[in-house]
Amino acid sequence: MFRRSEQDKRPQVQIFVDGTAVAARQGDTVSAALLASGCDARRSTAVSGAPRLPYCMMGVCFDCLVTIDGVGNRQGCLVPVAEGMQIEIQKGKREIGK
Amino acid sequence: MTVAPKREAYDVVVIGAGPAGLAAAATSAEAGLSTLLLDENIGPGGQVFRAISSTPVTDRNQLGADYWVGADLVQSLRASRAEIIHRATVWSLDRNLEIAVSIGGASAFLKAQRVILATGALERPFPIPGWTLPGVMTAGAAQTMLKSSALVPDGRTVIAGQGPLLWLLAAQILRLGGRIDRILDTTERGNYFAALPHAFAFLTSPYFTKGLSMMREVKAKVQVVSGVTELSASGDGQLANVSYVAGGKRETIPADLLLLHQGVVPNVNLAMAAGIEHRWDDLQLCWSPVLDASGNSSVAGIAIAGDGAGIGGANAAVVRGRIAARAAVEALAPAVATKLAPMATLRADLAKAERGRVFLDTLFRPAPQFRIPTGDTIVCRCEEVTAKDVLDAVAIGATGPNQLKAYRRTGMGPCQGRLCGLTVTELMAQARGKTAQEIGYYRLRAPVKPITLAELAAVPKSEADVKAVVRG
Repeated sequence: MFRRSEQDKRPQVQIFVDGTAVAARQGDTVSAALLASGCDARRSTAVSGAPRLPYCMMGVCFDCLVTIDGVGNRQGCLVPVAEGMQIEIQKGKREIGK
Repeated sequence: MTVAPKREAYDVVVIGAGPAGLAAAATSAEAGLSTLLLDENIGPGGQVFRAISSTPVTDRNQLGADYWVGADLVQSLRASRAEIIHRATVWSLDRNLEIAVSIGGASAFLKAQRVILATGALERPFPIPGWTLPGVMTAGAAQTMLKSSALVPDGRTVIAGQGPLLWLLAAQILRLGGRIDRILDTTERGNYFAALPHAFAFLTSPYFTKGLSMMREVKAKVQVVSGVTELSASGDGQLANVSYVAGGKRETIPADLLLLHQGVVPNVNLAMAAGIEHRWDDLQLCWSPVLDASGNSSVAGIAIAGDGAGIGGANAAVVRGRIAARAAVEALAPAVATKLAPMATLRADLAKAERGRVFLDTLFRPAPQFRIPTGDTIVCRCEEVTAKDVLDAVAIGATGPNQLKAYRRTGMGPCQGRLCGLTVTELMAQARGKTAQEIGYYRLRAPVKPITLAELAAVPKSEADVKAVVRG
C-alpha cells in the first residue's frame, strides 16, 4: 500500500509485530511502521469485529488502536517506534490487564 | 524520557504546536511571560508543518516553500524562553483555567493566567459507503506519512474529493515518485458560479497562482475525473473497488488505496469541553467558536487561535497566534506590549492572509450527498452506527445528538464524536426539518481523550478529596 522513498536515510529500528521482527525507521510512528511493513496490520473492532486500518494518522479517529509493550488501546499514530518494541495487533476489545 | 512541566502555574499555556501555537508561544515568551507549550505530537509543526524538524524528505522543492516556513517558526520559538513539552495530551481544561495533561502515562495539573487554544483542524468526515474499509484513509493521513516518514502510495491509488489540500498532496506524492491512478473531483458544478462574485479577492491572493500551477503539475500526469456526484468503496475486509458516477455515467475501478478529502473543520473538543460558546457556520458548514477580534472566547482568559478559531489556513493561523499572544501580553504585562508588533499591523496582516478564503469556502463547499449519508452507510465509526440507525432513532423520538447517545451510543466511542459529530448534526437537522444550530452538538466533557483508570487513580489527592467520595 505504501513504500519508502529512496531518499529516506534514517537509521533502522527493529520492532516486533506479533513476535515477528520488522524493520522500521527512527522517527516512524508505530502506525506508519506497520503500514510500511507489508504485514497484515488490520485490527478488528470491539463492536462487530470488523477489520480496520488507521484512517486519519493524526490522533483523532482511534482506528490505529494497537497493543504496545503490553499496553492495549494505544494510538499507534502518536507513539514513535523504539528498538525492541513489542507490537500486538489488537483483535476486538482491550483485554483486562493489558 | 518523560518531561513533566517545570512549574505548577504559568502566565500563558498554549495548547497545540502548529502554526498558531508556535507563533503564540514565541510571542508570549519573547515578551517575558512564563509560557508553556503543550503538544500531543512527537515534534513541533502541527499538521501543516508536520515533522518540520525531522522529515526525511530533504529536497526542499518536494514539500514546497510553504512547508519550510515552519522551520523559521520553530527556530523563533526555540530562541524564546518558552517551555515546550511534546507527547503531552491535554485532557481537561475548565473555566478556572486549570489544565490536566497526560505525559508518559502520568497526569500533571497546571494553572494558567491565560490559555491560548491552538488545537487546529481535522478533516471533515467523508461518510461514503465503505469508508471504514482497510485501504480507505484520509488524504491528510497520506500526507502525514509522506512528511514524517517519506512514505508514498505504492499500489493502485485513487484520490477523491475536493479542496486545496487534495491537489497539494497529489503534487507531493508525484514529486516523491509515488503512484496515483486517478483523481475523482467531487466539486459541485454549481459552486463555480456561486464562487464567482468572490473571485477577485482570490485572483489577487497568493493562493491563486500557486494553486493553478499545482493543478497543472498534477493534471499533466494523472487522469482527473471532474463532476463526480456519487462515490463508494467496496471490498471484503479490504478495499478492492472504487465506484463513482460522473456526468451520469457509473464506473468501477480496482483500487488498493482510496484517499478521501473534503476540507477541514475546527477541532472543537477541548474548547467545547471548557464551555466555550460555538455557533454553526453556514458557509464553512461546521461549529466555530464565538470570538472577539483578539481571539478571546466566551470563557474569560481563554483565547483560540488558528484553524480552531474557524478555518483560515496556515498563514492566517500564524497571525491569529500572534494576535492572541499580544492580547495576553496586553492583559498581563501591558508595559511590555508596546515592544511587540502593533495590533493594527497584525490585524492588517490577518486581513491579507484571509484574502480569498470566502472564494475557497464557496467553491469547495462539499455537496450534501457527501456530508449527509443514507441507508447502511456508517455514520459513527467507533460504535458502527449507520445513517438508517440514526433516522430510525429520530422516528421514535430522538431530538438531537445528546438524546441519540442514549438510543445508539453515537459519539460515545473513543473518538468522542470527532469523526461523526458533524454528520449526526446535519443528518438529524435534515430529518427533523431544523437548522444545524437548532439541533446542536454533543455535550463534550473531560477527559477529551481517553486516559486509563490507573492514571486517574494515581492523581495526587488530599484527605478532603478522599473524604468527599468515601463513605463511613
